[in-house]
Amino acid sequence: MKVTLQNLTKLYPSRNKASKEIVTAVSDFSFEIPDGKLIGLLGPSGCGKSTTLNLICGLEKPTSGRIFFGEDDVTDLPPENRGVGLVFQNYALYPHLTVRQNILFPLQNIKGPDRPTKAQMQEKALNAAKLVQIDELMERRPGELSGGQQQRVAIARALVKMPRVLLLDEPLSNLDARLRLQTREEIRRIQRETGITTVFVTHDQEEAMSISDMIVVMKKGVVQQTGRPQDVYDDPVNLFVAKFLGTPAINVFSARVAEHTLYIGEDPIMKLEGAGNGEVWAAIRPEGFVPDPSGPLRCRLIAVEVMGRDTSVVSAHGACAASSLRAIISSENAVDAAADEVRFSVKPNKLFIFDRESEERIPFRAV
Amino acid sequence: MKRTDFKAWLYLLPAMLFLGVFMVYPLVDVLVYSFEEGYNSASQTFFGTGLYNYSYVLHDPYFLRAVKNTLILVVITVPVSTGLALLISVGLNSIKPLKELFQTVYFLPYVTNTLAVGLVFMILFKKTAYSDGLINLLINFFGGISVDFIEGPYWAKMFVMCFYTIWVVLPFKILILTGALASVDKTYYNAARIDGTSKWRIFTRITLPMISPMVFYLVITGFIGAFKAYSDEVALFGTNLNAAGMNTIVGYVYDMLYGNSGGYPSYASAAALILFAVVLTITCINLMVSRKNVHY
Repeated sequence: MKVTLQNLTKLYPSRNKASKEIVTAVSDFSFEIPDGKLIGLLGPSGCGKSTTLNLICGLEKPTSGRIFFGEDDVTDLPPENRGVGLVFQNYALYPHLTVRQNILFPLQNIKGPDRPTKAQMQEKALNAAKLVQIDELMERRPGELSGGQQQRVAIARALVKMPRVLLLDEPLSNLDARLRLQTREEIRRIQRETGITTVFVTHDQEEAMSISDMIVVMKKGVVQQTGRPQDVYDDPVNLFVAKFLGTPAINVFSARVAEHTLYIGEDPIMKLEGAGNGEVWAAIRPEGFVPDPSGPLRCRLIAVEVMGRDTSVVSAHGACAASSLRAIISSENAVDAAADEVRFSVKPNKLFIFDRESEERIPFRAV
Repeated sequence: MKRTDFKAWLYLLPAMLFLGVFMVYPLVDVLVYSFEEGYNSASQTFFGTGLYNYSYVLHDPYFLRAVKNTLILVVITVPVSTGLALLISVGLNSIKPLKELFQTVYFLPYVTNTLAVGLVFMILFKKTAYSDGLINLLINFFGGISVDFIEGPYWAKMFVMCFYTIWVVLPFKILILTGALASVDKTYYNAARIDGTSKWRIFTRITLPMISPMVFYLVITGFIGAFKAYSDEVALFGTNLNAAGMNTIVGYVYDMLYGNSGGYPSYASAAALILFAVVLTITCINLMVSRKNVHY
């Protein structure tokens, strides 16, 4: 089911009753979610991603804008008539019901001719449980399950009615690191198997990048960029998106362009065309540094951390916005850990420059 | 005994002393009294030991009347007050404007003096030379005949007694239940909404199980409280409850100790222990029922 969001806006009155201030949770959000895709809504907390999810599922009404499922306008439909499944951040499993009863719950709500027979309900519940591989745990209560198992039960409950759209609110945030990795693969698999259009919300960019077909990066209620994860990573539209995607984070330098040359501090990094003279932000991905004894970027070496496959070089540069910068280099490129200075050359496709004021990307061509 | 053990016992001593003198000793004494036949409190003598006191109490028509009154009170007021409190709390929880005002209004009886409340009920129900009482005026207005609620037929007196008890216990129950309802995680209701759960099903399948520990607590304390009813009856019908035919078990115990027929601590002790046995049994049954229906 294709989901279309048209100019969605959600305003809240401020919680502070004294001020008449209006808080904009979501601002003019337009996006088309292709059928059967997995979409990651990504942003820092308070950016409006959860509100967007609540608007799609109908728990909240938009102040303006329309929502379409396929060709149906569902903006004014109550949540139960939209055919959505929602997995809550805290799972919201009913603690007094067994896993089976929890999964059956949505089916038992169906009234009229669509109501399946008891046997059909049991079968559907079992199928949903099998899909998420919890069919062995049907008679347990949520309190007796681990976080990961509860998560699966929540997904099974959301899937049992075969919703048109599946929504997941921070599905992995309550899991430990190892389980998180495993569960996100699981979500990917379940989504592929069912082919249900799925939207999930996360503040963890790695999570979003790893399993989404497309990501939507939001900031303060405004969509910053949408696209395939790799495309957004390789081609961020502004400094916020560049900083938000990628671990370790991108390294930001105050820089300037003069006579077709980019200077970081006094170091002339590269010749370029297309960018006007002036102060800019230069941002370099950690993997964009190449150790080079004659490289232009001269940094004070702080530490070399060998992490098996890669080596992480921590160093400092006067123009860096942070106190230290981190470069990820392959282990073959040895850096002398005892040295005081390390010099890098920079891969042009891993370097972005942004306007100093608007922080919008400035396109350039390396020469 | 280790030194630290000694210290611990020393710290416990004041509390144990108080509990021993004012709780354990009287409890044991009641048990002893109940088996001492013909005990005279003036001379501190008795003729023998045995079950005669129990036999006497169980054959005393006043006691049987008191048991009947107490049972009726328990059976009517506990379910009605709990159900009503549940209804009102759910109502309070679902309105937004004036919620605080209503909460205050419902809580007022709890902080009102018993005697003042008794006076109000007097005005409502008592027949005097000058007036038949407010309720009778209402009954008359709708074409009924006046009923004497305080000194009239048994059912009328029982009605007032139950009405009064329910009204008095309601505020506390409402307070507890509104608190319990407010503490139910709202995401459960959001989840139920998305699944299209009907209001009734949300109440029976989600709300009620979620607050069941509190409901159970109220039922247990309600039972115990109703079995111990006495002061409210005095406020309504005066001190001579036997004459009014509205005595309760605790009232009977009090009468046996200090009332007109007072001076029989053995009978009083036997009656008190019978009450204890009944309350214990009911509480055990409650606990067994709760295993299945209360979700912690």
